[in-house]
Amino acid sequence: MRPQPNSVIADNSPEIADEAVLPASEVTLRKNRARRHLEQRLVLWSLRLTAVVSILTTIGILVSLLREAVGFFIEVPIWDFLFGTEWTALFVPQKFGVLPLVVGTFMVAVIAGIIALVLGMGAAIYLSEYAPDRVRRVVKPVLEVLAGIPTVVYGFFALTFITPQLQSIFPDLIIFNALSAGIVMGLMIMPMVSTLSEDAMVSVPDSLRNAAYALGATRFEVATKIVVPAALSGIVASLILAISRAIGETMIVFLAAGSRPQLTWNPLDPIQTMTAFIAQVATGDTEQGSIVFKSIFAVGMLLFLLTLAMNVLGRWVVARYRQQYD
Amino acid sequence: MRLSSPVSIARDSAAASRGRIGYRSWRDRFFYFLFAASVLIGVLGLVTLLTTIVVDAWGWLDWQFITSYASRRPERAGIFAPLIGTTWVILTTAALTIPLGVGTAVYLEEFAGRSRFSRLVQLNIANLAGVPSIVYGILGLGIFVTLMDLGRSVLTGGLTLTLLVLPIVIIATQESIRAVPPSYRDAAFAMGATRWQVIKTIVLPQAIPGIMSGVILALSRAIGEAAPILMISGIVFITSVPTSPGDSFTVLPLQILNWVTQPQADFQSIAAAAILALLIMLLSMNAVAIWIRNRFQGERVE
Repeated sequence: MRPQPNSVIADNSPEIADEAVLPASEVTLRKNRARRHLEQRLVLWSLRLTAVVSILTTIGILVSLLREAVGFFIEVPIWDFLFGTEWTALFVPQKFGVLPLVVGTFMVAVIAGIIALVLGMGAAIYLSEYAPDRVRRVVKPVLEVLAGIPTVVYGFFALTFITPQLQSIFPDLIIFNALSAGIVMGLMIMPMVSTLSEDAMVSVPDSLRNAAYALGATRFEVATKIVVPAALSGIVASLILAISRAIGETMIVFLAAGSRPQLTWNPLDPIQTMTAFIAQVATGDTEQGSIVFKSIFAVGMLLFLLTLAMNVLGRWVVARYRQQYD
Repeated sequence: MRLSSPVSIARDSAAASRGRIGYRSWRDRFFYFLFAASVLIGVLGLVTLLTTIVVDAWGWLDWQFITSYASRRPERAGIFAPLIGTTWVILTTAALTIPLGVGTAVYLEEFAGRSRFSRLVQLNIANLAGVPSIVYGILGLGIFVTLMDLGRSVLTGGLTLTLLVLPIVIIATQESIRAVPPSYRDAAFAMGATRWQVIKTIVLPQAIPGIMSGVILALSRAIGEAAPILMISGIVFITSVPTSPGDSFTVLPLQILNWVTQPQADFQSIAAAAILALLIMLLSMNAVAIWIRNRFQGERVE
């Protein structure tokens, strides 16, 4: 609690005298004071209610996921779900082994992560160590525009531009493939890596850089041997958060990566991610209460837990390994 | 540097170190270009994306396109219904997000201190910020559509998007409240103001520019979201505009998704035209946010 400078006078003011013997001005003053404190109490309670909304949101997510997922796990053993290697929810015989969806999700996320790491780190080092201030002030917001473009637009871009380009390199590439989605998603999450990494690099004190320069280091050596190691926790965290974003992204993979859940590590194959499966069921006319309908809640639960774990990990890395400079 | 006896050794090592310095400065320049190239690739990616869309959309985005309903025939199709739907949903979202987001932030920054409840809320908000948007769609479907029986309405869409963007508004508001100089507060407290009076008359007016740009950022995120709306309403063919929060609706990203998945080539063009309309909306919103930030920046005296 912050110190409340007025609390001594306002809250604990002893009753000095009966109101009757006080001058009129003092009475109104007291009434005002009482009114202000009533107002403050009302405001405090309504603000507390708004804060409760965020807790209710988490509860709402858990309730809506669990309500149907429990029904799903009654019909499909959780073991078969987690370790099954075939996902044929929309065909007969139905099999609900989630591994193909998980592998598909991770393949796209890893492609995106590699692109975002290479481009994002390069951009962060350039902006923090090389770029003149004028360039940085223009380039940074331009890159951040990439993060603000709706994902359905990226999906369109993957289908109509990236995939045809890839097809000229790999002639027998099918329209829907993991690579195209991964590349576009890498472009989307690159500014996340570059912005967060650059923030971490900028906060490395100049005295460290100057010490290295004084020993005759080049800018590249200062960047890679001093700044990057010192900012490593921020860089790693930015990558974890960006990959978590990639795992939870829906529209790009729904449009560009295909809808064929198969256990493959070949990025040229069509695949299906967890999010794309959920979206596919939502676009069809699946009956509420059917096992397929329930399965999206089980997949959603897994997705929620995965991204939650990565976010907690990302924040833990920052908190645990942050270098403190004074 | 002439040494008497091991002259040759010294000369050799000097030459070697010159060579080494040459290599190091070559490497320095090489990586300079590599780092600059990664920025360039990012910028080029953005330019290519925008060019692709403008080229595809060329000639399709006109007044007739804006004022027509969706149609099975591409040349007669338009974005009137999703445009109005998006406006409804975003206004609903704004009306709910601003009081909830600012209220929570004010509570956390000004009243809650370091209590256990406030730490719980804070941790919770950080976690909610990382939840995938489609999971919010599942929440909307499970709670607002099924449990609360609000139907696939504008209100459901607005509520779902509100919960999705709430963490953005809360975090932005907290940051701008924290940036208000303590001396301002102290001056007001010294005059005998209550905490709420200080917030109302000193803190919030000072923090408004930051709050506004956070709100606009959050709403522009909400405008572009397709996945949560898809979850609550499915792919729908809407030929009327909502007139109340209880009506069914469609939004621009969902209409775009619908058109992109159509096989005919002309639908790709109208998808691009709708994307262009969406991007113009987003761009103007961001321009307003930047304008607000620049307009109010630097007015504060320490």
